[in-house]
Amino acid sequence: MSEKSYRDAIRDAMMEEMDRDPNVLIMGEDIGVYEGTFRITAGMLKKYGGKRVIDTPIAEAGMVGTAVGMAMLGLRPIVEMMTMNFAIVAADQILNHAAKVRYFSGGQVDVPVVIRGPQGAGVQLSAQHSQTFESFYAHFPGIKVVAPATPADAKGLLKTSIRGRDPVIFLESAALYGMKGEVPDDPNFTVPFGVSRVAREGSDVTIVSYSRMLQMSLIAAEKLSQDEGIECEVIDLRTLRPLDLEPAYASVTKTHRCVVVQEQWKPFGAAAEIAASITETVFDELDAPVARVTGEDVPMPYARNLELLATPHEQHVIAAVKKVMYANG
Amino acid sequence: MSGDIPREHALHLLREMLRIRLFEEKCAELYGEEKIRGFLHLYIGEEAVAAGAMQSLTKDDAIVATYREHGHALVRGISANAVMAEMYGKVEGCSRGRGGSMHIFSAAHRFYGGNAIVGGGLPLAAGIALADKLRGVSHVTACFFGDGAVAEGAFHETANLAALWKLPLLLLCENNLYAMGTALERAQSETDLARKAAAYRIPSTSVDGMDVLAVEAATRAACDAIRAGAGPQFVELRTYRFRAHSMFDPDRYRDKSEVGRWKERDPIMTFTAFLRGRGDIDDAGLDALRKEIESEIATAVAFAEAGQWEAVSDLTKFVYSERPLAGRAS
Ligand SMILES: Cc1ncc(C[n+]2csc(CCOP(=O)(O)OP(=O)(O)O)c2C)c(N)n1
Ligand SMILES: [Mg+2]
Repeated sequence: MSEKSYRDAIRDAMMEEMDRDPNVLIMGEDIGVYEGTFRITAGMLKKYGGKRVIDTPIAEAGMVGTAVGMAMLGLRPIVEMMTMNFAIVAADQILNHAAKVRYFSGGQVDVPVVIRGPQGAGVQLSAQHSQTFESFYAHFPGIKVVAPATPADAKGLLKTSIRGRDPVIFLESAALYGMKGEVPDDPNFTVPFGVSRVAREGSDVTIVSYSRMLQMSLIAAEKLSQDEGIECEVIDLRTLRPLDLEPAYASVTKTHRCVVVQEQWKPFGAAAEIAASITETVFDELDAPVARVTGEDVPMPYARNLELLATPHEQHVIAAVKKVMYANG
Repeated sequence: MSGDIPREHALHLLREMLRIRLFEEKCAELYGEEKIRGFLHLYIGEEAVAAGAMQSLTKDDAIVATYREHGHALVRGISANAVMAEMYGKVEGCSRGRGGSMHIFSAAHRFYGGNAIVGGGLPLAAGIALADKLRGVSHVTACFFGDGAVAEGAFHETANLAALWKLPLLLLCENNLYAMGTALERAQSETDLARKAAAYRIPSTSVDGMDVLAVEAATRAACDAIRAGAGPQFVELRTYRFRAHSMFDPDRYRDKSEVGRWKERDPIMTFTAFLRGRGDIDDAGLDALRKEIESEIATAVAFAEAGQWEAVSDLTKFVYSERPLAGRAS
């Protein structure tokens, strides 16, 4: 184990996989000479050269489509999006091509492409630069959607993404890049897809989340424990496709109350899918309707006061936990 | 630099360039004080482009710009107050604090926005031009975009549509040789960008973007051609940004000596020297001009400081159309 930042864990995962498999390469805007706007790819051009660390022009559709074509022929491209907001420009290549070519060809090709980059709100970048995309991509069969909450998971899940045979949307939280945590050193350490984990044990309320909102939920859970004596069990989903809700069902069977936390907009969001599945599966265990904590249903405003209003915070989680406990005032 | 340009007009061009420079130097300072947040992309070094290109546009013509658009907004006549208040995120801002630096917008000025997506404004501009054309009005839509945007599909689709439909669209490519940290020759198969546009049968020229008079002349000729019914025109403006791409950019990809060489061609410095040489302005005149502009900016800062935050109850206002169209910026 070593202490690593989420950022360094991502870089380590890519470099270990590039060392292990000559078919792995990375492409993106300003990833080589510039070493990445978030410095994720620092040192990579120098180590692997321009054939495997490919700077692209500002051409998202072109670069993703190119990566899909390479993947069909057995290479393992990683595409870094400067931020995931720009991947929408390539939505056709991701959703109509990467997600479907295996299926519409009757299983003739693998598409081992990883499209990764930062997302999320919080630093006043306004409407076009503050979005989160997990529900958007998770809606489509044919792609896998990963959203790690810790440095260790960032590394282990990215390695699984790169080694896999399917297109992966790997969503990094820009706000977590500096977060530190213990990460296994073993170059064969991976984290499998579709295995959720219990991030905190508790007996009163189950909180289900992922990525940055998981970290926020843990802070809320500590506060609730200290201030109110309420013990939350916090479940980290890690991947949204495949989605493993077994630990959530088991937890709800114990706590009988559940809050789902996501950063994105509420309508048709990940929390809606999760809450519906919990209701369908362990309805008889529930003592209260599943509550959702989400962002406000609005494009992200620039003004600081409005941005704070539009994004979920610890106090929203705390309020939702109290609500499902019928403990509000 | 040459020409028999009237003194009044020459001084106007100088004033516009200096307004952009001093306004943005103030913005950089305010960013350090965290009054302005988020992304801030400065135009310092490129002022001759917006100042020169805007001269041939009338108030009926339309403009679409990028996230590096404070200068364009000021020259267009959106008040420094409304632009500064927007950058503060105040409700008095031209976009009511919802957009910030990258989304300066004023429909009243037919200034259809900054845009935070590279190339995103190009098809919108074609649509504005098409709407004007279908309505039979002979307005021009001017679309500013960077060299980096020429790599996006949006540029190529727009160029083709504009030529095919003979749209009254003025494509103004601000070639500052870099797209963030990527030098032009590392991103373009053909670095002569005018040739790319010409491939779509769009009449195309390149001009020294550090020379405000050259910019004005080239864009005026292009505008005249559009007004005469010749369809879209492309002008490449060869310029350079003196500052980093944004406040987050460590700017390590350019040689200091390269930046230094371009600074010797500072459009404000060279034009000032030209005007001094002609006897159009002297030290006292320059001093007075500077003071006037500084006072305009100080007023804008005070206006933004005194501005209000949007009421929290209005967070979702303007997501949909149930409310009346927003008031217009002054
Ligand atoms: C579709 C898209 N891709 C990437 C970005 C990130 N980005 C913002 S500005 C920029 C460089 C643009 O360069 P250029 O078009 O030359 O304009 P300049 O900034 O030089 O004025 C990049 C890559 C973006 N905003 N939108
Ligand atoms: Mg540029």
